[in-house]
Formats: sequence, structure tokens, C-alpha cells
Amino acid sequence: MRIPCPLCGPRDRREFYYYGSDDYLNRPGEDAPPEAWDDHLHLRDNPAGLTRDLWYHEQGCAAWIELHRNTVTHEILSARLVAERAGAAGANGASTGTSRKKAAAPAKGTKA
Amino acid sequence: MRIAGKGIIDRGQTVGFRFDGRDYTGFDGDTLASALLAGGVRLFGRSFKYHRPRGVVTAGSEEPSALVTVGQGAAQVPNVRATVQEIYANLEARSQNRWPSLSLDVMEVNDLLAPFFSAGFYYKTFMWPRSFWEKLYEPMIRRAAGLGALSGKSNEEVYEKAWAFCDLLVVGSGPAGLIAALAAGRAGASVILAEEDQAMGGRLLAECEEVGGKPGHLWVADVLAELKGLPNVRLMTRTTITGAYDGGTYGALERVGLHVARPPKDLPRECFWRIVAKRAILASGAQERQIAFPMNDRPGVMTAGAVRAYLNRWGVAAGQSVTIFANNDDAHRTARDLAAAGVKVAAVIDVREDAPVAGDWKTYAGAQVVGTSGRLALREITIRTAAGAEEKIATDCLAVSGGWNPTLHLTCHLNGRPTWRDDIAAFVPVPGMVPGLEAVGAANGTMSTAAALAEGLAGAGAALQSLGLKGAKLDLPQAENGGARLQAYWQVPDAKGRAWLDLANDVTTKDVRLAAQEGFRSVEHMKRYTTQGMAPDQGKNSNVAALAVLADATGRGIPETGLTTFRPPYVPVSIAALGAGGQGMGFAPQRFTTSHKAACERGAPMIEAGLWYRPSYFPRPGEATWRQSCDREVALVRNRVGICDVSTLGKIDIQGPDAGRFLDFLYTNTFSTLQPGRVRYGLMLREDGLVMDDGTTARLASDHYLMTTTTAAAGQVMRHLDFVQQAFCPDWKVRAVSVTEQWAQFAIAGPLAHELLNSLLDAPLDDKAFPFLSCGSVRLGGGEARLFRISFSGELGYEIAVPARYGEALYRDLVARAESFGGCAYGMEALNVLRIEKGFITHAEIHGRVTAFDVGLQGMMSQKKDFIGKAASQRPGLLGEAREQLVGLKPLAPEKPIGAGAHLFDPGAAPIRQNDQGYVTSVCWSPTLSTHLGLAFLRNGRARLGQSVRLVDHMRGTDFLCEVTNPVFFDPEGGRARG
Repeated sequence: MRIPCPLCGPRDRREFYYYGSDDYLNRPGEDAPPEAWDDHLHLRDNPAGLTRDLWYHEQGCAAWIELHRNTVTHEILSARLVAERAGAAGANGASTGTSRKKAAAPAKGTKA
Repeated sequence: MRIAGKGIIDRGQTVGFRFDGRDYTGFDGDTLASALLAGGVRLFGRSFKYHRPRGVVTAGSEEPSALVTVGQGAAQVPNVRATVQEIYANLEARSQNRWPSLSLDVMEVNDLLAPFFSAGFYYKTFMWPRSFWEKLYEPMIRRAAGLGALSGKSNEEVYEKAWAFCDLLVVGSGPAGLIAALAAGRAGASVILAEEDQAMGGRLLAECEEVGGKPGHLWVADVLAELKGLPNVRLMTRTTITGAYDGGTYGALERVGLHVARPPKDLPRECFWRIVAKRAILASGAQERQIAFPMNDRPGVMTAGAVRAYLNRWGVAAGQSVTIFANNDDAHRTARDLAAAGVKVAAVIDVREDAPVAGDWKTYAGAQVVGTSGRLALREITIRTAAGAEEKIATDCLAVSGGWNPTLHLTCHLNGRPTWRDDIAAFVPVPGMVPGLEAVGAANGTMSTAAALAEGLAGAGAALQSLGLKGAKLDLPQAENGGARLQAYWQVPDAKGRAWLDLANDVTTKDVRLAAQEGFRSVEHMKRYTTQGMAPDQGKNSNVAALAVLADATGRGIPETGLTTFRPPYVPVSIAALGAGGQGMGFAPQRFTTSHKAACERGAPMIEAGLWYRPSYFPRPGEATWRQSCDREVALVRNRVGICDVSTLGKIDIQGPDAGRFLDFLYTNTFSTLQPGRVRYGLMLREDGLVMDDGTTARLASDHYLMTTTTAAAGQVMRHLDFVQQAFCPDWKVRAVSVTEQWAQFAIAGPLAHELLNSLLDAPLDDKAFPFLSCGSVRLGGGEARLFRISFSGELGYEIAVPARYGEALYRDLVARAESFGGCAYGMEALNVLRIEKGFITHAEIHGRVTAFDVGLQGMMSQKKDFIGKAASQRPGLLGEAREQLVGLKPLAPEKPIGAGAHLFDPGAAPIRQNDQGYVTSVCWSPTLSTHLGLAFLRNGRARLGQSVRLVDHMRGTDFLCEVTNPVFFDPEGGRARG
């Protein structure tokens, strides 16, 4: 498997650390109800088909990468830096804590 | 028998070798198979199950039958295909699966018992009693059946692995592959041409045919000469592409030293390559298949293409009176080539009524072979003529052709399914089965040389276009363009006797029919029930015939019956090659501190901490056990001064105007309020509320922090910092980078630490101006160092950090000074005792299942800000009396050693799981307090201080009472560290 790192180009998957679904990017606010946190921490889809997940170029540039790929065909459709997600800055992170869970992932769970 | 003037190998140099203890000679370029055939050897081994005499069947890596053992001692390699192994001076090969000798094998009795050994025999016969399977039946069967054996010794031979990258990978160097590589090479693409054989050329080396107006092998030589001159083309012979993987990655096995007579010690035997190619062309050709007829397994029964290869390439006649049995025109070339070379063609038996008559040999149209005889090799065949009469023909070699199967295995490695083509009665690849890979030539079912050349050229053109390269002009050479007529024909009907499909696993048509009869009608079930195609050759020349027999037995068509799944590797790959570099100390990288050499010189045994090697203790003369050294080191730190290398702790440099804010978000406690020049202990949670790591962070300047992590979690914490920063605050002005390797850091601990330090520094340090938890820059030896007043021992302590290149010198200096102060270097054992006495936690305690509340640090969780893990740490169930909380344990009898992992129970309760109250995480003998100590997690432990618990260690057989105490056993007020 080759992962197209936006900074380093296509690299072997052994250089990367796999984290999990891009759900981890949608951090609920500090005061969100326990159900929202439970959902964020523990509840995952297991899609056969298109998925977005997070990879860390640990033996490379140390960038976190969001990969859009197909778990059935293994096709990689796109890769982008987590840090350059549209609206990433302050939108759902440390400053405001607004949850935007699932809103940005209409393709999730759909079959290839 | 070698034929004068025939063949294309160089006969200038003879090579001597041994097979089963007898001397033979061959020539450079011979395989073991070709050289032994030339020497008149026909019996190569005994079969897997029935111990039937077996000879060579093919001339390539698909060989199911001629398997031998090569080499001696630890270097012995079993199941080597004689058709692949090149001979070299003093090569030593032995036959397999026979006793006492190849020609007299007592296990031949199995063949007489064959009626009992049909498919599923083991499962039906050895079912009862069940317990006999493992101890009796299986070992017995394994002794009777089988192939070669491993030596069982550790092999010191070198294997290698490597990576390669290219625009275009061409798999196979027959006409299609060569012309594709030439076209791409001329166009400037970086090309790897991989060929499994020792020589490039594919079937052009094995056939008598012209390409571009000259003999095929001379056209090959011309193309190779041009390719060798192109710097962008890499030619790899003896290299089998073993698998196709995602993203244009291919596995390849190169036989680097297996053909070398006296290889230099560092020459790898094999190299496993991972080749990354933007595009690939599969020009792997086709493999000829057999026809199933009674007793078709005798030595001397071969594929027709192999008979031609031995004749045309190696100048070897596989027999003196050859017969041919075929269902297609192509096989008649065999008769033509043999006759032209002066070898007697006894007869051609063609199953087709309209078989062509191509020469002055006897041709039987519409006839079949119905039997063979000859004890150790073929002597005679029995045929049934079109009229139904039986005739016997004396022959020592029967060349069989049932048609050709495209070698399409690689196209199936990513789950693709090939399609059936009636006209060639074979499966062919479907475009796109492996993205970026295109099959051309015979691998794609295109069987004539002219068409294969055209397809290879077109394939290269398509690849170049997708690479954005312009194709160079290249004219197609003239070549043979015959359509090979063929009549699908798999097994001779209505004939008595066993007809083999899979020679390697001794599977016959009867086994396949039995499988179908017993309900194993799916091809995948039939395969597993009969073991068809499960031998080292993976059924390369028998699978399609087997499924044709299954289709017949189940009344279905072949396409509906389907093919079993081809998976990597295409040929057997030695584990030594796959795991090259990973043997012994190559298994994991070793990380050494700058003081490693100095510690080793002091005789310190090393202990592994992750990938790091750290000194366990520093033995002194007269100390017989580690405990004596450890106790002395602890006492000297408590009373004098000790030196310890703490460089392995993770160090993360964090800079930027938002650095303080960033740390506030990472840690449970606040760092933005920390003054420059000060250090604070911090606790870090995972987002699920459990403790991730702890450590001190120093504020070196207003926008510059230095975080330390535990040795074990350094990588995890760095990953976490990068994630939090990039995912949640990418717009903050802060960056973090690991500097663990860049700084050497040493702890100076003990009452004399300040004195020692002042003896070292360029200017003495004022104790008042540098209180506990200070940090700053100091000068020593004219250079700059970082000083931190922190303590993991509970004593007055400093940690001093210098750029790693000064680490060794500083360590030696520090230890010498410590010794002059009556102190010493101390290792991990003493460090552990010192911290347990102080109740400091490590990852033995924060093991991933404990909360800040559990370790008694709930007070460090700020209420004023959000931080990672805050919300989840407040979840029900993570707080309160039901939690197991960190406590200290002291045995009521101080000399009783507490065992790590022991469990805790109420004094009156039975020591069973249901009554479990907690468990022990860290233990030591405390020389300071003269008692054994333990750190433990005990249910509602903080409310039970002063009470007794029953400690039971089922593993070590201990059972005694302990007092529950505060986890800080020594100097609970911390006065010693504050000074």
C-alpha cells in the first residue's frame, strides 16, 4: 500500500501510523452530553467501501493526513493534511468546542 | 543424451557436480534437470504419497515433480526444483522421500495400498480415538508422506531485502516482454525487466523459430545488447515476481548466490525485493498442461514444450525414441524439431480426428494413450486407435500437450477473476484486475509470436502514454503467426488405472470425482478435500485440468465451476529472504545512550527499555548479586551522591507565542502561568480520560518550553502532540519537535549533589537563587548546558543536559567526581527502588487503565480550562469508592518479598477472583527502610490506610498480610528534595 503524503509524495505504508476514522477530528465541546462523548470515543462505523481515516507520517514529515479511500478496492481517492481541513482552525477544537460530527462526511458508509 | 551441435548454451566449460553421491558433468547454463537428463538420469525422486518413481516434467519453475535437496548441514535447502537450480562446480544434490535409496524405496508399498489412500483417507480412517491424532496418526503419516526436510539447524547464510522504483515493470522477457521493455527504454522511461530464468528470452530460447529474419535467440541477444546500453533500463535475471500488491507494489525474489560455486561469505543467497512501479506489463507467457491418462506419472512423461526446450536450448534429447500425445497443432512442432535433430519420433498420437500429418513419422489421429509401463522409467505406452484397437509402442519419452494456460497468477492477487476463452480452452486475464498492470502476449492468451510482439509493443505504448512519455519509433519484427488449433481435451475416457492430475501431491482424477461424489462440488472444497494444487508448485500445470474433471463430474461447464484463488507468492519464497535482516539482533533497532560505552566498561549489565539499552546496575568487586549492587547504589544516593543517565526520557521542544496555551490544552494542569526559569510536573490524559503520561516541563523562555516524557511513551506523546496541534489548533502559533536524540541528560542526586555540581560548573551556583523546580542555563568547560533542579529520587537533585556530542565526556567526568565524593553511578534497579520509596509512578502504574483519580492526582485537573480528556475523565464509573486506588503496601513481616502481579483480598476472604480487591504493580526491597515495599491498586484504597490486606501470589505461592500505607514511604514532606 502506498500513501500519497501531501508533503512527501507517495510513500510506503510502513512509514505511517494508523489511528482510525476521521470521527476523531470532531471533538465534542467540553460541556457536550456524555452521549456525544461516548459517540466520539467509542462508536464507529465499519464501512465496506468509502471511508475517511487518519494516518500519521511518523517516519516522515510528522504530518497527520486524512485519507479518503475504499476499503473494498483499496483505491485511495485523495489525501489532505489534517491541519489544512476547511474550517479546521478553531471550528471544532480547543477554542470553541462546537461539535460538527458527521456533518462533513456525507460519503461515509456508502458502498463502493 | 546431448546432441552434437544442438542447443544454444556454451559448451566451452564443463562443470562437475554430484547427485545422490554420483559424479556428473554438465555445462555452464545447465540446470540440474538438463544436465541430469543429458547424463541419462530419468529418475529424480519419489512421489509425495505413493512413493512412485518420478522424473522431470517441465523446464521451468512450475515443475511439480523433480524436487531435490541442495546443500549440506545448516545450509541444506529442501524441495529445490531441479528445473530451476543451475549447476555449479561441486554442487551437491540429493533425491527426497525415499529410503534406503532412490531406486529401492521400501515405502513403495504405499503404492500397492493406493486403493485405500484416496482423497479424504486420513479424515475417514484416523478419526478415532480422537486423542491418537496428534501423538500417533499425524507423526506416522508425516513420516510416510512428504518431501524434503529442513536441517533444523540455525542457518548463518546471508539473505537480503531491497527496494526498487521504476516507471514500468516488465514481468517476463519473452518476445512480448522484450519488445515492451525496448519500446519503453527507448522512450526514456525507467524500466525494470524481471526474468525468472537465468537468461532472458523466454520461449524464444526454447523454440526453433525466426524473429526479424534471424533465429529467435539471436534476435533476443540483439535486443538485450541495446537494453544493456540504456542507462534507464535495469535487467534483472533470476528474479521472480512473486506477488502484486496495492499501489503498484510488487514482491520479487532474486536468486543472487544460489548458482555460485564458492560464494563470498557476504554474498546473499537470495534477495527479496519490493518493487514500486507506476505501470506494469505482465508478459509471463503460458504454461503447458498435461492430459490425464492412466499411469501418466512415469519418469519420461513430460510436457511437449519441455521436450523442445531441452532439445533446442540445452541440446538434450529427453529420450531416444520419443512419442507425442497432444490435442493441438503446437505439439507437432515437437516432432518436427526432434526429427530435424535426428531423434527418433516413434509416433504422434493426436486425439483429434482431423490431426495434421506434418512429417514422415507415424501419426495416430483420433487416438489416445491408455496406459504406460516401465518400473523406474517409461518403457512402453499403450494406445487406443480411432478404430478402438489397442497397440503397444516402445518409447522412453512421451511428450504430452493438453494446451497452454496463460501465466496469469499475478493478475489475480488483488481479488480479480479471470474469464474463460473457449478457443484456447483456458482462462485469460480481464483488463484492470490489478490497477496499472496489463497482460500481453501468451499471458493474455495471445499465443503466436507475431501477435505477442504486437501486443507487447501496444502495451508499452499505452503505459508510456499514461506516464506522459512519447513513444520512440520501433518497427515490429517479422515472426511466426500461426494460430494454434486446439480441441479441449482433459482426460482419456473409459481407460483403466489411475490418471494423475497433481503430481506433486499425488492427486488423481479418481480423487476429484470422489470429492464431487461426496459433496465437495465447489472447486474450493474439492481443492481442500483432495489437496489438488496445494503443493509447493501450487498446481500450476494441473489446476485447470482438475477443475475440468470436476466440471465433468458435476455436469457443469468450466466457467461455472470456476478457478480457485491464486494468492501470493507465485513461487515458494524462503522465510529467510522475506525476513532478511531480521535474524538475531537485526530483529529490532538498538538505541544506545552516549554513556553506553562507559557503562559497559564498568561491567553494567544492560536492560532493554523499549528500544533503548540502559544499565541495570554497576557491580563492584565483592558484590555477588544484583541486589548487593543495587542496595549499595541506593544507599549512596540517599547519603552521598549518584549519577544516572536519563537521556532516554523523551524530550520535546515546544516553541511559539501560543506554546503555553497549547500546553494548557494538553496537560490537566496549567503551564501558561509557569514563570520562565521554572519547571512543573504535568499530567497528560488520553481523550478517553485515562492517564497517558506524566513528566516535567520547563519554561526556558516565555515562548519556549521543554517537555519531558517517560522513556516508554516518548513516541506516543510526540504523536499525540502533533495530532492535537494539527487537528484542533492548526492556526495557533506553536510548533513541537522531538529533541530526545539531540541532548544527553544526567541526573545528579544526593545530599552532595550541589557540591558536586559546583565543582563542575565554570561559576558556582547559588543554592538560594536556584531553588527546587528551577531551570536555566549554566556554563561548564567553556560551553553551555541546561540545568534543571528536579528529582526522581526524592533527594536533592539536578539534571544537567548538554548537546549529545558532549554526553560521553560529561558522564565520565560526573561519575569520577561522584566517586571522589564517595558516591557512584547508579542504574535502573536503584532508580526503581528510589522512586518506589518515594511513591513516584511509572508506566507500571499508569498502564492505560487508570485515571488521575486512581493515582491520587485528581487535584491536578484544572477546573478553569478545557484539556484533552477532561470531559471523559468525569464519566460515571471513573471516580469514587469502587475504583482501585494507588496505595503503598508493607508486609507485616518486613522480610517477606511482595511479588509484582500479586492480588489483594480482605484478610478473611477466600483468595478467589470474585473477592479480588486489587493488585500489585511495583515492588522492591527498600534498603533505606529495611523492608519490602509494594505499590498497588486497591479498591477504595485511600480510605483503607492503616488496615491490613491479604496478599496472595498464586504464581509464586506466597500468601501473607500487608499493611496499607500512603504510597510515599520515604520523606513524605519532600524536605530532602527541596533542600
